[in-house]
Amino acid sequence: MGAPGRKVGIVAVQGDVREHAQAVAELGAQPVEVRTPGALSGVDALILPGGESTTMSMLLDSAGLRDPLVEAVASGIPVLGTCAGMILLAAEVLDGRADQQGLGGIDVTVRRNAFGRQRDSFEADLDVAGLEGGPFPAVFIRAPVVERAGPGVDVLATLDGRPVLCRQGSITVAAFHPELTGDHRIHERSLGGW
Amino acid sequence: MADQPTTSPSPERSTGTTRVKRGLAEMLRGGVIMDVVTPEQARIAEDAGAVAVMALERVPADIRRDGGVARMSDPAMIEGIKGAVTIPVMAKARIGHFAEAQMLEAMGVDFVDESEVLTPADEAHHIDKWAFTVPFVCGATNLGEALRRIAEGAAMIRSKGEAGTGNIVEAVRHLRSILGDLRKIGVADEAERFDWAKRLQAPLPLVQEIGETGRLPVPLFCAGGIATPADASLVMQLGAEAVFVGSGIFKSENPAQRARAIVEATTHYRDPEILVKVSRGLGEAMPGLEVGQLDTRLAERGW
Repeated sequence: MGAPGRKVGIVAVQGDVREHAQAVAELGAQPVEVRTPGALSGVDALILPGGESTTMSMLLDSAGLRDPLVEAVASGIPVLGTCAGMILLAAEVLDGRADQQGLGGIDVTVRRNAFGRQRDSFEADLDVAGLEGGPFPAVFIRAPVVERAGPGVDVLATLDGRPVLCRQGSITVAAFHPELTGDHRIHERSLGGW
Repeated sequence: MADQPTTSPSPERSTGTTRVKRGLAEMLRGGVIMDVVTPEQARIAEDAGAVAVMALERVPADIRRDGGVARMSDPAMIEGIKGAVTIPVMAKARIGHFAEAQMLEAMGVDFVDESEVLTPADEAHHIDKWAFTVPFVCGATNLGEALRRIAEGAAMIRSKGEAGTGNIVEAVRHLRSILGDLRKIGVADEAERFDWAKRLQAPLPLVQEIGETGRLPVPLFCAGGIATPADASLVMQLGAEAVFVGSGIFKSENPAQRARAIVEATTHYRDPEILVKVSRGLGEAMPGLEVGQLDTRLAERGW
C-alpha cells in the first residue's frame, strides 16, 4: 500500500473504527483517528467506517467535519467507505432520514437496509472484478445496496445483480464490511488506488 | 477500466453466523442506545443521534417503582417503535425465557437483551443463544459472568450497573471488575490462566483467548445508571465501547437536549471542553437513588 508511514485517516465519530485501524496497521500504514478537522491534516488516504449512518452524519456536522471531509474527498486522495461509509459517500440516499445529507463523492444512489433487518444479515463469498486470490468473504450487516450507478462508476461486485462494490476515480464504496474478515485485499487495493 | 463484474450465480448466504451477530455489535461501538417506550420517544432518540433504541413498556425506574413481575413488552408496542425509526431496534426478554426471545426474533427485532431488568423466568438457565439467528446482549457484573454469557452465545456484553437509579457507581464497579481482570489475565502465564478459568467459573478456551487478545471476544458496553454526559465520558474512559441509557433520558427535564448531549459526550469522551459545552443548561437530570437503600438489586439477577 505504498510507503510505510503513510497516514490513513479513519473518521472516528462512531462505528467500527478499530477493525479498520487494525487493517491499515497490518498493511504497514499508520491509522489516524479523525474526530476533529485538525486530525485531517496530512492524511494520505481516508476511510469512512461501518456504523450507524444517521448518527455519523449528525456527528460530522457538530464536529465541524462535513466541509473539510467534502474537500478531502474531492481532493483525489484514495477513499474507502464501508456500509455506513458508503451511504455517507453516495450522491443520493433512499430510505434515509429527510435531513440525512451525504458527502457526495461517488455518483451512486444507495438504499439503506436494503437486505432487511438483522436476522437477514449474512455472509457470502463475492467475486470481485480484478481482485486476485479468489472470492472475497463479505459480511453484510443491515446492509445498503446500490440502486443506481452513474456512467463514471465501475461496478466491481454484484449480489443478485445489484452492485455492492463500486469505484469512481479514487473513491471505493462497499455495502459490506471488508474490515471484519481479516482479508485486507480490498483495503490494499482501494487505498493503494487499485 | 476493463474491470467488469463476473456474472456468476448468486453465492450462498449464511445468516446468523457469529461474525454477523458480533458484527452488528461492533457497528454500534462509540454510540448510545436509548430506552424508549413510545414511537414518539423513538423518533426523539433517532433525531438525537442514537445508534439504536431499546423498545420497552416501562423504563427501569418505573419498573422499580411499580414492582410486580416485569415481562417482555406487548408486540404491538414493539412493532410501533420499529415502524417509527430506521435505526436498529432492540427489545428485552426475561432471563431464561427463550419463548419470549423466539417471539422477539419472529418480530424482526435486531438485538435481544436477555435482561435482569425484567423478572427472571428461570433460576438456573440462561437462554441458549446459539440457537437463534438474532444476536443477544447480556448483562454482567464481573468477568466470569461475562464469559459464561459469551459461552452461551451472547454477541455483546454490557455492565449491569443498577438500572433505574441514575447512579453510576454500580456500573463503574462492574466495568472496573471486568476490565481489571482482563488486564490481569493479559499478563498471566499459561498455568495461571488455568487457575483464572477455575476461579471465574468460565470456559478455559475463552480465558486463553482473552489472555492473547487482551479484550473480550465481543464488544463491552456500559449500562445501568448513566444520567449525564459526564457519566458517559467516565465509563468510556474506563474502557466501555458504547453506552446504554435507560431511564436517564426520558426521566429528565429535557430529554431531546440531554439525549443529544450524551451522544456528543460518547464520541468526544476524552475532550473535557466539548463535555462542558454540551452539559451546559441541560436542566434537571433524572432523580437519583442511593444504591444502599434499594429494596431490589437488579444486578443480583442472573448468575
